[in-house]
Amino acid sequence: MLDGTNATVCERTALRINPAKTCQPIGAMYAALGIHGCMPHSHGSQGCCAYHRSHLTRHFKEPVVATTSSFTEGASVFGGLSNMTTALSNIFSIYDPEVVAVHTTCLSEVIGDDLPMMIKKNIAEGKIPEGKHVIHANTPSFVGSHVTGFSTMVKNTIKYLSDKTGETSDSVNILPGYVDPSDMRELKRIAAELGVKITMLPDTSDVLDQPQTGVYTMYPRGGTKVSEIQAMGDAIATLACGDFASKEAAEELEKKCNVPFSLIDLPIGLKGTDTFIDTLRRMAAVPVPASITLERGRLLDLISDMSQYFHGKKVALFGDPDHVVGVTQLLVEIGMIPTVVITGTPGKRFERKVAEIVSKVSPDAHIEANADIHKLHQIIKNRKVDLLMGNTYGKHVARAEGNLPFVRFGFPIMDRTGHRLFPLVGYRGAMYYLDKILDQLFDKADREVPEELFELIQ
Amino acid sequence: MALNETDLSLPPVEEVREEMLKLYPSKTRRKREKQIIVNDPDSPKEIGANTRTVPGIITQRGCTYAGCKGVVIGPIGDVLHLTHGPIGCGYYSWLSRRNLTRARDFSHGKEKGINYLQYCLSTDMTENEIVYGGEKKLEAAIEEAWNEFKPKAMVIYATCPVGLIGDDIHAVARRMKEKLGINIVALSCEGYRGVSQSAGHHIANNKVFTDMVGLDDTKPTGRYNINILGEYNIGGDAWEIHRIFDLVGINIVGVLSGAVSYDQICNCHTADLNVVMCHRSINYMAEMMETKYGIPWFKINFIGADSTAKSLRKIAKYFGDKGLIDRVEEVIAAEMIDVRATLEKVKPITSGKRVALFVGGSRAHHYQDLFGEMEMKVVSAGYEFAHRDDYEGRSVLPNIKVDADSRNIEELEIEPDPVRYNARLSEERKRQFADEGFAFKDYEGMMREMNKETLVIDDISHHELEKLIETYKPAVIGSGIKDKYIVEKMGVPCKQLHSYDYGGPYAGFKGAINFFEEIARMVSSPVWSYVTAPWDQPASPDNGTSSSKPVAEGL
Repeated sequence: MLDGTNATVCERTALRINPAKTCQPIGAMYAALGIHGCMPHSHGSQGCCAYHRSHLTRHFKEPVVATTSSFTEGASVFGGLSNMTTALSNIFSIYDPEVVAVHTTCLSEVIGDDLPMMIKKNIAEGKIPEGKHVIHANTPSFVGSHVTGFSTMVKNTIKYLSDKTGETSDSVNILPGYVDPSDMRELKRIAAELGVKITMLPDTSDVLDQPQTGVYTMYPRGGTKVSEIQAMGDAIATLACGDFASKEAAEELEKKCNVPFSLIDLPIGLKGTDTFIDTLRRMAAVPVPASITLERGRLLDLISDMSQYFHGKKVALFGDPDHVVGVTQLLVEIGMIPTVVITGTPGKRFERKVAEIVSKVSPDAHIEANADIHKLHQIIKNRKVDLLMGNTYGKHVARAEGNLPFVRFGFPIMDRTGHRLFPLVGYRGAMYYLDKILDQLFDKADREVPEELFELIQ
Repeated sequence: MALNETDLSLPPVEEVREEMLKLYPSKTRRKREKQIIVNDPDSPKEIGANTRTVPGIITQRGCTYAGCKGVVIGPIGDVLHLTHGPIGCGYYSWLSRRNLTRARDFSHGKEKGINYLQYCLSTDMTENEIVYGGEKKLEAAIEEAWNEFKPKAMVIYATCPVGLIGDDIHAVARRMKEKLGINIVALSCEGYRGVSQSAGHHIANNKVFTDMVGLDDTKPTGRYNINILGEYNIGGDAWEIHRIFDLVGINIVGVLSGAVSYDQICNCHTADLNVVMCHRSINYMAEMMETKYGIPWFKINFIGADSTAKSLRKIAKYFGDKGLIDRVEEVIAAEMIDVRATLEKVKPITSGKRVALFVGGSRAHHYQDLFGEMEMKVVSAGYEFAHRDDYEGRSVLPNIKVDADSRNIEELEIEPDPVRYNARLSEERKRQFADEGFAFKDYEGMMREMNKETLVIDDISHHELEKLIETYKPAVIGSGIKDKYIVEKMGVPCKQLHSYDYGGPYAGFKGAINFFEEIARMVSSPVWSYVTAPWDQPASPDNGTSSSKPVAEGL
C-alpha cells in the first residue's frame, strides 16, 4: 500500500501528489442542488459534468442530475454561445426546472465565454420561460478549490435572486457551508428547537437524503425555494458558517440588501455549537430552551466519560478548510493533540486559525494550506500519530501505516454510507463522532493488544 | 420472435419510442430519432452513433481524457500517470475505475512492485500557467515525480486548457525522456476533442502502439501465445481469464490493459494471436498490430459461460492442436458443472424477467449473454459511446461517414515492419479458415443478437430511461453510477456494469456464477416490498391490509 512513499520529504513546487482538494465546478454543482427545483448546468465539455455527477453520487448514494453544454472542438474555437442556447432550450422543454444554475469550467473560462451576456441574450430573445431563472457562477478550475466553487455559487445565487422590500422579516438566514444534508437537517432542528424562523441556503436536506418510495422525482421537495432566497434580503441577520464556504455570500447579502452578518466557524464540537446557538439566539432575541442545554450537558458528560482514552493522543487530519478548523477545535476539546493539520485549499487564514486553536496543546504542529495527502503521509512517517481523520482518500495512508485508526469526515466519503444521515455538526454530531473515534481506537486495541491486556470492561 | 409477441402486456414498441421522443424540441427530436431504433436482427437499421451529444440533455457520456486515461492507459499499474491540467481531471480519475491491480502482476514474482495507481499526480495548473503557459511547470513536475518515485516510465495526459493555451507536451516529453533516460509518453487527450470517451480510446491506442508496443522483442516462452485486447480487469475479470488460460495451457503475453505491466505491453507484439474483448476501445490496436506485425485477430467474449466456452474453442481451433482442443473441452466440462448447478438454482427466480442495459461500448452487448443464460429477456439496450459498427456489425465500416469530430482524431498510417513483420497465417491457411467459416476481424455487432422489436438506444438520456422504466417495468437495469440511484428510487434494482457495484469478477466461468447469484439476489430482494408503510396500505377484505405493490415486475 503506497509503497512508493518514503519518509524523506522532497521539495515540490510543480507536482501535486494525492490532492486534498478538487476543482471549483463540483462545489458549484453541489450548491445548486440545494436550491429547490434547480438544474445545475456545467458549461464546458461533458466530461466535467460526468465526473462531478459520478463523484457526488458516490458520496451521497443518491441521484444527482445535471446538464452540460457538451462542448466539442468547434465550440472550443468559436465559443459556447450556441451550445448554451441549445442547452437552455432543451433544459426548459424537457426537464422544466425553476432555476438553471450555470457554472463554468476551465474550458469555457480559458476561451473567455461571457456568461452574463449569454444569459441576457437568451432572456432578450424570449428563450427563458416566464417566471424561470437562469443564474451563473464563474468557477475556473485553475483557481482555489471545490470550496471556492461552492462559495461563489452561493454568493451568486444571492446576487441574482435576493432582494429587499424594505421591511425586515422575523427570519434569520443561515449559510450552513459545504456540509452534508445530515448537517443541514441538524442545524434546522436546532433552530426549530430554539423557535427561530430561518432560511437556509443552500439546503440539500430532502434533496440528497431522499426516502425510498418507489417514486423518483427529479426535483425533490427539499432545497431553498426561489421565493425564500428572494426574501433573504429582508432577514434580521445572516449567520454564516465557515470562513471559506460562506463568508463571501454573507458579504454579498450585506452589500446588496444591508443584512448584517456574523461569521462563525462550522458548528462542530462543543464550543463550535455553543457559538452557533449563542449567535442565533442573540440574532433572533429568543431564550435557549432547556432541551438544548440538556443536550449540551449530555455531550459534555460523554466527553468526561471518554476523556481518559482521548487524552494526549496525537492526530493527523486533512480535509476542507472549514471542516478541518471545526474538527481541530473538537479534538482539542476532548484532549487530543492535532499534530498534522492540512487542507488542499489554498489560504493562509486557514493556517493562522488552526495555529490559534492548537497553540496551547500542540505549538509545533505541522499546519499547511495548499498541501496534499502525500505530504501528510510523509510527515506522519516521521511523526507518529495515533489517529488519522479525513475523507475517503485517507484510507490508503491508514492502511499503509499499520492500520492506523481512521475516522472519515467531510467530503468525499465514497466507501461508507451513513454520513448523509448522521451529522458532524451540533452537539449530536459531536456525540456521534466521539463514539466513532473511540470505537476506532478501541477496535484497533482489541485486535492487537496481547491477550492478557484484552479488556472486557472499559 | 418479436418482443411484444412473446409478452402481450407490452405496448407496441413504436408507441414506446414515440413516448420517449414527443417531449423533445424539434431539432433535438430529429437527432434523437436517429439514435432510437426499433430492432430488426435480420437487417439492422442504421443507427446514429458516435455523434455529438445534444447540449442540455442529461447524458451518460464523459470526455476524451476519461476514455484515454481512465479506460485504456490508466490501468497500467507500474508506470506513473501524470495529468497536466487543473486538479479536477487527475483527481476524478484517481482509483475511480475498478481496474484492479496488484503489484505481483508486474513485479515478475521477484521483488515487490509499487502499484502507482494509488497515486494521483497532477500539475495542479493555476492561473499563472493559464496566462504564461504550463510547459515549465510540466517539466518541473516530471522532474519532481522522478525524484520522488524513480519509475520505469511515465505517461502525461493533457486536459482541456492545455490544448487551448498551446502547451507542447510532446516537446516536453521528448526533452525529459532524454534527460531522465526513461520512456515518457505524452497524450493530447483534451476533453473536448471528441464527442465522447471513444475519441480518447483511439488516441490512447495510437500512442500505446507507437510508444510502447514493440520496444522489447524477447520471444515468449509459452507454446501458445496470445494477447487479450480490450480487457481491463474490472472486478478481477482478467484474473479469472488468466486462471482459465492457465488451466488450458495458453500463455497470455499481454492484456490491454488490465492487470498488465508496462514490460508486457512493450513485448506483446511477439504473440501469435490477438483476441478482442471490447471491440470499441481497442479495435484500432488489433488492426495496427496485424498490419505491422502480422498478428491476426478475432472477436471473443468471456462474459457468459457459454460465450467463454465458445471463445475458448475458437482460440483452440486457431492453434489447431488436438491436445489443446481436448484440454479446452476438459476444462469447459469441469467448469460447467458448477455453472449449471448455479443456473438451476437461479433460473426459477430470474427466468422470464425483463432487463435493459445501457452501458459502455461493448458491455451492453456482452452482458446480454449472461442475462440470456438466466433466461431473462432483454427489452432494450444501448451503448454510451459506441460507433455504428458496434451496433450493426463491421460490415458497415466502409459506409460510415467520417464527420468533422472524428477527423480530429489521427488515423495512423501503418506499414508492415521491415524486420519484424511475420504473418502468423499463410495465405493458404487463411483460405482454409475461410472455407471452414472461421472468421477473423469478425464483430457482428449487438443488433443481430437482439430480438426483433426491442429498442436499441444510443447514448440514452435521462428522460428516455425514465420512460423506458415506466413502460417496461424491468426487473433489473444494467447501467452506471450516475443512473443507479435514479433507477433504484423508481423501485427497480440497478446493477452497475462499469464498476460491478464493487463486486465481481463476472468474466469466465466463476464470474458467471458470481453474476447469476448477484442478479438473483437483486431481483428477489425484499427491500422493494417494504415501500408502503402498514398505515398507508389499502384495506383488504380478508385481514384489513394488503401487501404493497412493488414497481419492479414480478416481485
